[in-house]
Parts: sequence; C-alpha cells; structure tokens
Amino acid sequence: MVGILDSRTRDRVEVRLNTRRRDLRGTVFVAALQFALLLALLVLTVLLVDAVRDGWGILGSRLGSFLSGTLRSGSADPTLGVHQGLVGTFWLAVFVATLAFPVGIGAAVYLVEYAPDNRFTRFVELNIRNLAGVPSVVYGLLGLFLFVKGLDGFTGGRTLASAGLTLAILVMPIVVITASEAIRAVPAGYSEAALGLGATRWDAIRTQVLPAAAPGILTGTLLSMSRAVGEAAPLILVGAVTGRLGRNPGLLDTDQITSKFTAMPIVITQWVKNSGRDQGFSTAAAAAIVVLLVFVLALNSVAIVLRNRFESRSR
Amino acid sequence: MRGLAVGVATFGLGGLVTAWLLVTDPVLLTAGALLVAGLVMFGRRLLAGGAQTAGPTVVSAEILAGSGRRAFTEGFWKGVWLGAALVSLLVSLLIVFSLAREALTFITRVDWADLWAIGWFPRRGLYDIRTLVVASLIVTVIAMVVAMPVGLGAAVYLSEYARPRVRAWLKPVLEILAGIPSVVVGFFALTFIAPEFIGRLFSGHDTGSLAAAGVGVGILTVPLVASVSEDAMRAVPRSLREASAGLGARRVTTSVRVVIPAAVSGLAAAFIVGVSRAIGETMVVFLAGGAGDTAIFTASPLHGSLTMTAGMASLASGTDNVVGQGLTFQSLYFVGLLLFLITMGLNVAAGRFVGRIRERY
Repeated sequence: MVGILDSRTRDRVEVRLNTRRRDLRGTVFVAALQFALLLALLVLTVLLVDAVRDGWGILGSRLGSFLSGTLRSGSADPTLGVHQGLVGTFWLAVFVATLAFPVGIGAAVYLVEYAPDNRFTRFVELNIRNLAGVPSVVYGLLGLFLFVKGLDGFTGGRTLASAGLTLAILVMPIVVITASEAIRAVPAGYSEAALGLGATRWDAIRTQVLPAAAPGILTGTLLSMSRAVGEAAPLILVGAVTGRLGRNPGLLDTDQITSKFTAMPIVITQWVKNSGRDQGFSTAAAAAIVVLLVFVLALNSVAIVLRNRFESRSR
Repeated sequence: MRGLAVGVATFGLGGLVTAWLLVTDPVLLTAGALLVAGLVMFGRRLLAGGAQTAGPTVVSAEILAGSGRRAFTEGFWKGVWLGAALVSLLVSLLIVFSLAREALTFITRVDWADLWAIGWFPRRGLYDIRTLVVASLIVTVIAMVVAMPVGLGAAVYLSEYARPRVRAWLKPVLEILAGIPSVVVGFFALTFIAPEFIGRLFSGHDTGSLAAAGVGVGILTVPLVASVSEDAMRAVPRSLREASAGLGARRVTTSVRVVIPAAVSGLAAAFIVGVSRAIGETMVVFLAGGAGDTAIFTASPLHGSLTMTAGMASLASGTDNVVGQGLTFQSLYFVGLLLFLITMGLNVAAGRFVGRIRERY
C-alpha cells in the first residue's frame, strides 16, 4: 500500500495518537482556577478562626454575662456585654419582617402575575433593580432626611423606629427580586389550570402560585433578613447610639421603639473604634462578631439548604 | 376598575396603619394581625362549607356574565399588589428628592474654594471632595485587583470544570462568604490583613490604611463578581462548547477562546457591578481605612484616609450627630448625591451589558 504520508510523518502521528501527552497549559490553568477558589475558602476559614480566637478571652470564660451585659466605657468591666445590641437587632428584624416582606412579596406578585408587558412595568422593574444596587449609606441618608428629620413627630427622631423603617426600605428591593424569581419559577401550567377551571387570577395566585413558590420566597426573605441584621452603615447615619446607652430594656419592652437604640453591628463598630485606646475592646468586638455571625450564618445556611432542596425537587 | 382603586387605597391605608401600630403599639398590631388572619381562615371555611352543600350548578346567562362582587374582589387584590409595586417608585423619588434638595442647599451656600482645600474637615468648613474621591478610587482599584482574578477564576472553575457534586459544595461556600456582614470583614481587615499582610509586605504599616481596607472590600466583592460571571458563562449555549470539543480543542482552549469571549459582556457586567459595590462599601473603610473623623489629602494607599462612604459614616457618628454648625449636615447629602450618581451610572451600564448577552443566546 502506497501511503499518503511518508513513513516518518506516519510514525510521528502514530506516536502522538498513542501516547498521552501532558497537557501542560491545561494543568496550569486548572491549578490557577482551583487556587482562586481555594483562596476564597481560605479567607473564609481564616476570618472565622481569627474572630473566634480573638474573642475566646470572653467567649470561653464569661459568655453568659457577655450576652446579658450592657455597653460600658471600660473593657475590663465584668458587666460589659451585647444585650442592648441583641435586643435592638431583634426589633429591627421585626420591622423588616412586618413591613419589607409583605410589600416586597406583594410587589413581586404584581410584577410577575398581573403587570402588562409595557413600558411602565419595565420601568418599575428597572427601578427596583437599580434600588437594589444603591449603596446602603444612601438609604441611611434617606432615613435621616425622612424619618429622623421629616417625620420626627411620628418616629421620635433618632430612634429604633426610624432605623427599622430605614432598614425595611433598604431590604425591600432585594425581597422583590428574589420573590419575583421564585414566582417566575412556578410552571405556567399551575395557574393556567386553575384559570381554566374558572378561578379568578387572585384565586389562582392564592391557591396555586404562592404555595408552589413558598420555599423560594422563604429563601429570599431569609437572605434579605441576614443582610438587614448585619447592616451597619445606614444605622450610623440614622444615629444609632455609639456612646453609652443608659437603659437596658427587656426583649419585649415596647417603649424602646421610640427611644435611643443600638444594634449588634453598631456595638461591633463602636468596640473596634474603641480598641485604639483600650486594647481589651478588640477581644469584646471579636466576641460580639462571633455572636452576630452565629445568627447571620444560621439564617444563610437555612436559606441555602432550603433552596438546594427546592431546586432539586423542581427538576 | 373600582375594585382596583379601592385596592390601592386599602394598601396605602393598611401600610400606614401597620407602620403606625408598629411604632406605637406592636403588641396591638400582633393581636390585630392574628385576629384578621383567624377571621379570614375560619370565616372562609364557614362560607365555603355552605357553598359546597349546594348541588351541581346549571350554567345560565347570569352566571356567564360574571358577578359584580367577583370582579370587584379581583380588581381589589390587583390594586393591593399594584400599591406594593408602586412603593418602589415612591422610594426612588424620595431618595432623589432628599439628596437633591440638601445637596442643592450645600452647593449654593458653600464657598467653592473650600471644595478644593487641604483635606476633609467638614466640621471646620473644609470639604475637600478630592480627598474622598481619590481615596474611593484607590480602595476600588485595590478591591478589583483582588476580586477580579479570584472571582473570575472561581466562576470559570464552577461553570466549566467542577462536577455537579463538587459544585453543590463549593457554591454554598461562596454564598456564605457573600453573607458575611461588612463590619466583620472590616474588623478582619484591621486586625489581620493590616498587620499580617500589608504590614509584612510594606514594613511599618501595621495599622489601618487604604490598602488594608481595599483588600477587605475586595474580599467582600469576590462572591458578587463570581456569581455574576458564572451566570454569564452558564448562559453560553452548550452547543458552542461541544462544537469546540468536536474540533479537537482542549478544555482550556474551549474555556479561554470560546466560552469567555462569548460571555464577555456578562463578564464586563460583573466587573462593573463589582466596582459599584466596592465604591459603595462603607464599614470596611470606616473601620480599617486608618483615618479618624477627618483626613488630609493623600494619594498613597499606605496612608489612612476617608472614602466618600467612610467620610459620611464618620461625620454621622460624631458626638453631636451631624447637627454641627454651618453646612456639615448638607455636606453629607452632597457626597451622597455624588455617590448615588456614580453607582447608578455603573448599575445602568452593567444592566445594558447583561441585556446584551441575553439577547444573543
């Protein structure tokens, strides 16, 4: 047989086809990608370990009194603690849950289920996406202008009420976006079947769409709650107390809503700032961070697990 | 149509009453909400029980014409949810109004020479915008130098290489990183990045600095960049990868020469969204930026300074709570308006880029 290739070429091709050549570029590329991910993982680990290690001086010895203690001017004070911050954060979460969640989910229902596909709707949707990208300090400026200065007869000025309303506004666009995604993911057949049986659109939404979208909506609300709980910048603008807070209200003491307040992220900020003059506050800040992270990471993990189960079921 | 109007009105009234009760008496609010929920659930069941006992309905012209009550209810609920959607417009209007009004007062009253002075000393009437903008720029550049390679690398790995089971583990890790509050990263930047990383690279800088804050902001931006770019790459159709592989391309070649170019507008969007996030980040710079309430102009990343956001936070956290004399209060809104316009422009641009990739595939 007369080959098209001369024998040397044929040998080379044969060797190329039969031996495994190391794909050097490919290996380096994958290694670089894995390094990037590893770096992210490493940073997360170091961050968590660093916080626990720095805060161990308090967490290990007096966790109970730290959780029930109050803001103090010296870090050696045995009654130094985060109780006021925890209570403030709890009430901020109540504001977010009662105001931002219903309004956000309702807006999502309107945009996905009712709104005609016209310029106005597209404008509203674009507007919500842009609101979600506005830096949180700017919401703080809005809260300062509107709730602290403008409506101080209603909110009482620099109070928990002003901060709660501000955070509710801050979180609302995120709730709308995540809830819209969850509602869009419900197959159109669900509501079409209901409509075909004579249900009104609201009946179809109430009985079919919302129950089917509930896990997705819940995920979105949990994620936005964790965002609200960790947010500090708008609270500083609205005037969270960064000095000493006189009273230490109980969890369900409703008078505190119209009085001065603080919250976990603010307590942390204040102690980090104090650590310049009193090194012991660094330990206190780290301990407070661990307390905050326990809540935030719990909210996030539940949300992620819920979403992953929901996703695998709907496929 | 009447239902719609009543619905919107009910939403507005209900929202105001809820907010009012929440501020004045949350206990009454909770009791009221439970009562209403109970009435809705049980009242309905009683009514429905009555209707179910009736025999089969004979369809008549009256039934086909529809009942007015039914149409009203339908319109009512549509109106309620429309009201909820309109809240976002109201919020936008209020943001623009508050920023513009106070910023206008500031611009008309301020001595323009004070906007270009030695530094940011708002309580002494020196509002050097240059200080804040340059510091914001430095922090953003450092943050993107950190976030872009790591975020992009993670995204390429997750979308092109990771097997589904590996991905199911790695994705949540990035999401947890995304959920870490910025105060926490600020503390980390001040107590770890500054002494252990910046301090060792450039000896003698072991307290806060713009560089330390920039790295911290970069860490916060990684998950965002990663998730936006991963979405962009997963939007590239499988057939392109298959065609590339069919032509004998290796996986690297497919990723670098086919997938990344096809997703490039989404990657640009990831970059822009990342920049917008980095500029708007407050707490990390406030804690780790190495400046007090004031800052002298500096262009060095190793010095402490205030960014636009940190400048606002430190001004607001003073003991006199922004009241100050002269224009300190208004200066907050001037800086805020500047920040708002920058991030808004970036977000709109990013939206354009994302829209482009959606159009193509």
